[in-house]
Amino acid sequence: MSLRMSAAIVGAAETDVVGIQPDKSAIQLHAEAALNALADAGITKDDVDAVLCAGQSPVAVAEYLGIVPKYLDGTSVGGCSFMIHVRHAAAAIKAGLCTTALITHGESGRSRVGMGGWGASQQMLQAQFEEPYGVAGPPTRFTIPILRHMHEYGTTHEQIASVAVATRRWAEKNPRAMMRDPITVEDVLNSRVIAWPVHLLECCLVTDGGGALVVVSAERAKDFPKKPVYVLGTGESSEHSMISQMHDFTESRAFKVSGELAFNEAKIERKDIDHAMFYDAFAHTPMFALEALGFVGKGESGPFFEAMRTAPGGDFPLNTNGGGLSYTHTGMYGMFAIQESVRQLRGEAAAQLPDVRTSIAHGVGGMFNAAGTLILTNDDGA
Amino acid sequence: MPRRPLPEATPETKEFWEGTKRGELRIQRCRSCGKAYFYPRPLCPHCSSTDVEWFTASGKATLYSYVINQRPARGFEDMAPYVIAVVQLEEGPRMMTNIVGVEPKPENLPLDMAVEVTFEKQDDDITLPLFKPAGAA
Repeated sequence: MSLRMSAAIVGAAETDVVGIQPDKSAIQLHAEAALNALADAGITKDDVDAVLCAGQSPVAVAEYLGIVPKYLDGTSVGGCSFMIHVRHAAAAIKAGLCTTALITHGESGRSRVGMGGWGASQQMLQAQFEEPYGVAGPPTRFTIPILRHMHEYGTTHEQIASVAVATRRWAEKNPRAMMRDPITVEDVLNSRVIAWPVHLLECCLVTDGGGALVVVSAERAKDFPKKPVYVLGTGESSEHSMISQMHDFTESRAFKVSGELAFNEAKIERKDIDHAMFYDAFAHTPMFALEALGFVGKGESGPFFEAMRTAPGGDFPLNTNGGGLSYTHTGMYGMFAIQESVRQLRGEAAAQLPDVRTSIAHGVGGMFNAAGTLILTNDDGA
Repeated sequence: MPRRPLPEATPETKEFWEGTKRGELRIQRCRSCGKAYFYPRPLCPHCSSTDVEWFTASGKATLYSYVINQRPARGFEDMAPYVIAVVQLEEGPRMMTNIVGVEPKPENLPLDMAVEVTFEKQDDDITLPLFKPAGAA
C-alpha cells in the first residue's frame, strides 16, 4: 500500500510558549497543543476519531480532551514517534479505520512536571549492560559513535561544531527560539566539554512544550481553512536498544531504511527536496542523517556542513526553526521538526524560504535506536 | 556517597554475571550459523536458531569508540572524568564498558588500540568486566 498523496496535514500548532513552563504538566501541554491544532484546522474535538501520541498514553490524552476514539496508536519510540504517527494515521485513514487523526506531543522536559521517572528496573537490559558503566543520559550514549566517524572519515571537531553554528544562524531569525545570539566555531569548541569530544553547544536544549497535528484524507484536505500539506512519502525503522549494538558506528541503519522507504514512496529524487528538517539532538545527528538519507556519500557530511551549505543563504536550508540545538528540545523533538516543515510549506515560517514545494522531516528515536521520515508537499499535483 | 548502579541478572543473563564472578567473560555462540553474539539471549539474532551455546571469550578486544565523560552519573562522582567505551571483542561482538588503567586522555586512547578484560568486584553478586590497555598492569 502506498500512502503517496493519500493524506494531508490540515492542522498544525505548537503550545503557546515553548521554553520554560514550570506551571504546566506534560499532559496539559499535549492538550494545549491539541486545542491549538484543532483551532488551526477549524474543527472541534468531537470531529476527531483517532488519537496518536507518545510519552503519554493515547488513552489518557483522549480522556483528558474528552475524545471518543475509534483508532489508537501509542507508538512511543522516542523523538521520531510523530513522523511514524503521521505514517500510521495516513495508513489507518486509507484503510478506512478512521477519518480525522489527532497527533499530540507534550513534554515537561526541563521542569519535569507530571513526567514519569528516569531510571529503569535493575533487570532491564540497559541497567545490566550500560548503566553500570556510568552513562549519564543521552550525552554519554548518543555521542559514542562520533569518534568512530572522525576516525574512519577524517571528520573534524570544527566540522561538527559548524552544524551548531549554521543552526544558530537560523535561530537568530526566529523570535520563539531559546538561543539567538550568534556563535562561531571557536565559541562551540571553547564551550564546556560535556563528554569529550562533545561540547555544550553541540548538545540540544532541554525545554518544556508541545505540538499537535490534524491528519485527514487528501480528498478532504481542501475543505479546511489552511493550505494542505500532503503526505508524499513515509518511512520508519529501528535498529538497537543499546548503542553498543549499533551495527556500524559511522552509519545509521534505521535512518537508511526509513529514508529509502520515504523516497521510494514519494517517487522523487534527493535534488527535488527544497527544505529539510533533520532532528538535531546533537550536532552530529544531522550529519548522520545527511549521509544515511543519501544527500551526500558516506563520510562526506563534514565538509558539507563546514561550507555552511545548510545555513541561511546556503543551497540546503536545514533546521530553519533553529533546531533542537537552538530553538527548543522538549525531549521528543520530532514534533517540532514536522511543525517547521508544515510552516515552510504553508508560507508561515519565521525564516520563510521562497518557493518551498517539498520538505523532508526526518526524526531519530533514542540514540539512533529508531527513525521516522516524512516527505511532505504543498503541491496537490493538479 | 552512592555507589554505581549495579545490575540484577535475569534468567537469560545469569551465566554472564556468574562468569564474571569467576573471572570469565562468558558470551554466546550459535551452533547453527557459528556466529558469536552479545548481549545474552536464548536465540541467535543472526539466524533465529535456539541451538546456542555459552563459551568463554578470550577477553581480548579493540577500542571501537568512546567518550570521556566529564559529568559523572550518580555513583561515579569520585571517578570523573572516566571513559565510557564500546569495545569489539576478538570474537566479533561489541559491548559497553569502561577503560581503566590509563589516564583518560584522548592521546592515550587511539581507536582500535588493543585492550583486555579485567574483572572488578562490586559486591558478592556482581563483578563488572572492565577493559584496560593490553599488557597494562
